[in-house]
Amino acid sequence: MRTRIGYIASNTFREAVRDRVLYNLIAFALLLSGAAILVGQISIEIEKLVVINLGLTAVSLFGVVIAIFIGIGLVSKEIEKRTLYTVLSRPVRRWEFIVGKFFGLAGTLVVNTFFMAIGVFGALFYVSHKFVRADALIFVALYFIILEFLIICSLALLFSSFSSPLLSAVFAFSLFVIGSFAEDLRNFAKMAHGVSGLLATGAAYLVPNFSAFNVITSIAHEQPVAGQLILQNSLYALFYATMALSGAVLIFERRDLK
Amino acid sequence: MKVRQKTTMIASICLVVSLAASSFLLHRIDRLRPQATLDEVLYLSSPKVIKRASLGYDGLMACIYWTRAVQYFGYRHYYSATSYNLLAPLLEITTHLDPHLVVAYEFGSSFLAPAPPHGAGQPQAAIHLMEYGIQNNADNWHLYYDLGFVYYMELKDYKKAADTFERGSHVPNAHPFLKILAAQMAQHAGEYQTARMLWSATYQTTQDEQIKQNAVEHLRALRVDEDVQHLQEAVTRFGERTGRLPASMAELVDAEGLAGTPADPDGQPYKLTPEGRVEVRVPDDFPFATKGLPPGYKPAPKFHAMP
Amino acid sequence: MPAIEILGLEKTYSVGFWRKRPKRALFPLRFTVEDGEVFGFLGPNGAGKTTTLKLLMGLVYPTAGSARILGREWTDPSVKAQIGFLPEQPYFYDYLTAHELLEYYGQLSGVPAKQRKQRVEKILDQVGLRDVRGVQLRKFSKGMLQRVGIGQAILHDPKLVFFDEPMSGLDPMGRREVRDLMEQLKHEGKTVFFSTHILSDAEALCDRVAVIHKGELRDVGAIEDLTSSVLGKVEMIWQGSQVPASIKALGAECHVSGDRVRAIIAENQQDAIIDALRRERLRLIAIIPVRTSLEAYFVEKLRRAETTAGSVA
Repeated sequence: MRTRIGYIASNTFREAVRDRVLYNLIAFALLLSGAAILVGQISIEIEKLVVINLGLTAVSLFGVVIAIFIGIGLVSKEIEKRTLYTVLSRPVRRWEFIVGKFFGLAGTLVVNTFFMAIGVFGALFYVSHKFVRADALIFVALYFIILEFLIICSLALLFSSFSSPLLSAVFAFSLFVIGSFAEDLRNFAKMAHGVSGLLATGAAYLVPNFSAFNVITSIAHEQPVAGQLILQNSLYALFYATMALSGAVLIFERRDLK
Repeated sequence: MKVRQKTTMIASICLVVSLAASSFLLHRIDRLRPQATLDEVLYLSSPKVIKRASLGYDGLMACIYWTRAVQYFGYRHYYSATSYNLLAPLLEITTHLDPHLVVAYEFGSSFLAPAPPHGAGQPQAAIHLMEYGIQNNADNWHLYYDLGFVYYMELKDYKKAADTFERGSHVPNAHPFLKILAAQMAQHAGEYQTARMLWSATYQTTQDEQIKQNAVEHLRALRVDEDVQHLQEAVTRFGERTGRLPASMAELVDAEGLAGTPADPDGQPYKLTPEGRVEVRVPDDFPFATKGLPPGYKPAPKFHAMP
Repeated sequence: MPAIEILGLEKTYSVGFWRKRPKRALFPLRFTVEDGEVFGFLGPNGAGKTTTLKLLMGLVYPTAGSARILGREWTDPSVKAQIGFLPEQPYFYDYLTAHELLEYYGQLSGVPAKQRKQRVEKILDQVGLRDVRGVQLRKFSKGMLQRVGIGQAILHDPKLVFFDEPMSGLDPMGRREVRDLMEQLKHEGKTVFFSTHILSDAEALCDRVAVIHKGELRDVGAIEDLTSSVLGKVEMIWQGSQVPASIKALGAECHVSGDRVRAIIAENQQDAIIDALRRERLRLIAIIPVRTSLEAYFVEKLRRAETTAGSVA
């Protein structure tokens, strides 16, 4: 069982790579080096800030876009193209298929992020000419970004299991935007009353809470991140992804394939 | 079907459990970072940067920052905080994103100027905000009112207050009372009547609950101040006539021909101390009262500290 | 133990946004496929053949009924390791090469690593794709894809294979190869269940057939039994312009053109006419099957069903 998931995951990774996904790293590298060089020449006392902010934001945004664009097709494309027929006629459970796809996509993003991290540290070294202890915080930010990716992947997969790629993209992207303002949504909900308040609170808790994962601004100012937050964010990402994947499994399990 | 049912059951359980767990964790995370949404305000010094980062969705961002400002203030106010450093930047950002969000200016005028714990204690910031608001909403007479209010209430600059009310009265469709207020400033600035007029006007013309509540508290305090002043004068007159202090409130009421038992807006009768001071029974109920407070009175601390 | 037992499988789709109109794709099916036989599943397009196969593969869920495959419930995952499936006009991951696809499918089927390597090579040979094993599937022609399809269906040496229209889109050479392969599989003792609307293939290969039409099972059995009540037609051509009286008496349709006579006769009259021609010393040029008995069966049986369609639905 576990090996089948592994095989599906590595095949998903292979598909992404052959889909030339990793070429995005070129765009990323260009962006970051351009910024680093530009900022290094102007020398405006905040080079480090710019590199960290820009670099990490780019890692986050590039990754979210990749996660959504690959994720939304993971299931729907296979149903559309009927490549699933010969896969499911083998001893592969439907839920293994979903989980395998998830790990494949997540793995792709982790590898992508790894290369981007090298780029960020490279650019950082270029502008600061040395590393300080506080730079280790960048790893925390990257870890949180990866947790974000896990959530987005699971959501994209959830939508892919029942919706067309276009709709899935719209849903996933909307949830990403709303999720970035989840704390504000909860504040709104607190101020509302009655039924609409309840609904708003429900929605506010259902929506993925990305704002807690965004520590880019604070670590750029070398503010430490609480260990508690790291732990709780990790658990939150784990449970949220499980929730979305369970939903995907439930939906996919009952689907008649066309 | 058995395998499928088993999978369905396990997946459903996973779904429900993870939903509960993630909601619980979210709750905990929120407590870790109560003012998390304000990170940017701390680190981004200029509203212009935020405006650019909004990618044109200024109106929406203004609403979001407005909510944050209200939450920020409400949260800290509940715990009688002694500082509200982020209120001015938050309101500045909000109004830069949407210069026509009038309620933000009103909020600023009510809560930026007064001293903590009732406000941020930054009257200059309030004036700056109001001038910006007037600049961008020249046809809104209420903003002139709010600005004049700040001059009157916090800075006690009656001349400026009068000028502002006067300016405002020239706005088309301005409420007639602006002209009246301008005149009042000139002659009767320091009187209770004037203050009462202003707070009543604020109460009636605002939609915001917090501002309304604030106005009510001020009106109650004014009542107390006025009552205590009159009663204290009565005590003085009594003293001049009889050469001693009244033994009780009842005696004072009889001797000076006062109507009924004097009571505060909550219905609690005023106290007369042996030293001849008129005091209100429960000072904590009147946070803005300046008279009728026992000597050495300090507002009671909240029993839960701000997390 | 029968290879496949279909026990009342039926499927009704709900069509329309508000789930108003149910569409009957399959009426309760009930038949058995014996171990080791080549079984044909016949019917016109849209009859429900593919639906049946999808039900058996677990790609679609039945509205009612069940099935047993190799003695186990058809939903039992362990069954899948012993069956192979070739869908109609199959699609595969086009970014993989033939070799990679077979390797991947071997992994999913649980073929152990060492065996896998050998099997993949053997299958590539068997389906004639050895030369293009490193070419991405997106570059494959239809015929080549069909071969990949067959390859992946037999890769893990299953006991039972399901082919949905295996000859579709193949050129004559390809079709020949597939026929040979199916014979080979039978020879190896495997059970082959294949659906087709090409009757000549069924006649050539099948031990037994089931006939389905508009979602309903019409007949099951050996072809001879099915066709015993209908006769095929044959066209005979002989030289000359004579139509012997004995032949006319048989009621054959005869056309004379130039110095050839063409006659359309019933299958079982063939011998009698050959005798007549010999007696008259007429030279027989050709005997051409116009309509095989299976085709005749189809046309007759199913056309009859069409006219009574109102009563079945």
